[in-house]
Amino acid sequence: MSLPTNIKDDFPVLQQSFHGKSVVYLDSGNTSQKPQAVINAMSRYYEADNANVHRGSYELAVRATAALEDARAKVARFINAPSTSEVVFTKNATESLNLLARSWGGANLRAGDAVVISEMEHHANIVPWHMLVAELGIELRWIPVDDRGHLDLTDLDRLLDGAKLLSVTAMSNVLGTLNDIPRLAKAAHDAGALLAVDASQYVPHVATDVQAMGADFVVFTGHKMLGPMGIGVFWSRAEILEAMPPFLGGGEMILQVTKEGFTTNEIPWKFEAGTPMVAEAVGLGAAIDYLNELGMDNVRKHEVELTAYAMRKLTETHGDRITIHGPSEPSERGGVLSFVYTGSGGEIHPHDIAQVLDQAGVCVRAGHHCAKPLMTVLGANATSRASLYVYNDESDIDQLAAALTAADDMFSF
Amino acid sequence: MNGLEDLYREIILDHYRTPRNRGELETPPAVRADGFNPLCGDEIVVYIDVDDAGVISDVAIGGQGCSISQSSASMMSAAIKGKTVSTARDLIVAFKGLMSIHETDIGGDGSESGGEAGSDIDMSFDNTDDMALGDLEALKGVVKFPVRIKCATLSWNTLAEALEEASPIQ
Repeated sequence: MSLPTNIKDDFPVLQQSFHGKSVVYLDSGNTSQKPQAVINAMSRYYEADNANVHRGSYELAVRATAALEDARAKVARFINAPSTSEVVFTKNATESLNLLARSWGGANLRAGDAVVISEMEHHANIVPWHMLVAELGIELRWIPVDDRGHLDLTDLDRLLDGAKLLSVTAMSNVLGTLNDIPRLAKAAHDAGALLAVDASQYVPHVATDVQAMGADFVVFTGHKMLGPMGIGVFWSRAEILEAMPPFLGGGEMILQVTKEGFTTNEIPWKFEAGTPMVAEAVGLGAAIDYLNELGMDNVRKHEVELTAYAMRKLTETHGDRITIHGPSEPSERGGVLSFVYTGSGGEIHPHDIAQVLDQAGVCVRAGHHCAKPLMTVLGANATSRASLYVYNDESDIDQLAAALTAADDMFSF
Repeated sequence: MNGLEDLYREIILDHYRTPRNRGELETPPAVRADGFNPLCGDEIVVYIDVDDAGVISDVAIGGQGCSISQSSASMMSAAIKGKTVSTARDLIVAFKGLMSIHETDIGGDGSESGGEAGSDIDMSFDNTDDMALGDLEALKGVVKFPVRIKCATLSWNTLAEALEEASPIQ
């Protein structure tokens, strides 16, 4: 089984041309495009089912509430969560990590307590901890990245000694590196720490089982997995969620409010203050249906094959001029290709590459990819990044390779 | 590649390939300002030496970045060397006028702290209509590519900071 050859037809954005060229979208690590099924599901929700949730007694409100909770159940099944009540909806993965830092961290971390992260984290899994360093005086420790783009776990036991939490990415958004989460879970638990996993780049691409991961917290976002922007997920085990204090306060997250105080709602609603993003939840549910129909094993297989093709094609076409960061073995990585291009006139700046590629309709990201500490490790201020997803094929890679030749021509001297 | 010629004019590529006044100056007597584009990580360091007569006697540019930010910095250094602080300030206004007001709209930022250096520059065109921009006119095409405007203005925002340190506006 493989992905349908006409899959691009499902994505309206990909039917367009820019500068006279069919769009070649290679920025899915940033955000994915949306299939018509997702767009339709969200429109249908607003056309047929819209009302506020968990409070109306009329038919529409019942339907809206069911739409939200059905989506939650789809998410729970998609990541093999033991219970739907463990799936908390947030705005995005960044909010999920802030929920973790503020709620769990605020209740469980004290001055001198250590949180361990890695050098390949996105800023979303760095800055909330920096904020706790400033506010609570926690200690932030870093797992280094080695020359091959893997985590260097040589000193892991020492780093975890006395730590309360290990928070790492399942897949690097710059290097594509897939980290060994079960191994990290065991090491964290052996040291008496909990494990949080930033699975934003992982859930869209690899069949995810939060129980098999052995994680205590898993966060991801909907918009990188064919769903809409504005919905993310925070998963944790029920007993942890029960013990955590609420995050944001307001309607929806309470059972009782008096002049003296309040009591919190049951999980997961305890963490969902205010009117939630129902249409976005419906869209995420439709995205999950779409991915399930493709089959996540097929999604991953397609990605490994296309990543292998891309690495081969780019290297064949551009030789030593192109340096692709991260693991060289496609099976050890996701379809994220960060590269530096050195033409005959020296390194071509990623902004200039992205500009020339844009004229060929090729969309790549140039910059630090919200991972500045990793950029420092790589010795780069910026890289170009092509990131793949289900709708990409070999012709997209061929156009990328050809557009890079145009960039080389423009900046050679 | 139609359209790119407007952005990558030959004179821009020339300044990119052969940047003028590249280097460092000793501080003091020179002053140094650091500019930073948080979007792409580009960094510009501007050194200026201002003599007692208020003339920029020497200038040096450090840092690294894309062709637009580097060539803009190079052209800027050539344009201000030997000019008075007051003339340099007029040039900043004229150049930012060339880049249009979009720059402030999209959050121009030349400060290391991520502050609002772009907003404290007078965007009026008073007294600058006849300011000769010379080679700098070649950067006009950047306006067609809005995300690159910050690249072009980075060095100028940084220069404004250096001028303020060397010779504060009374």
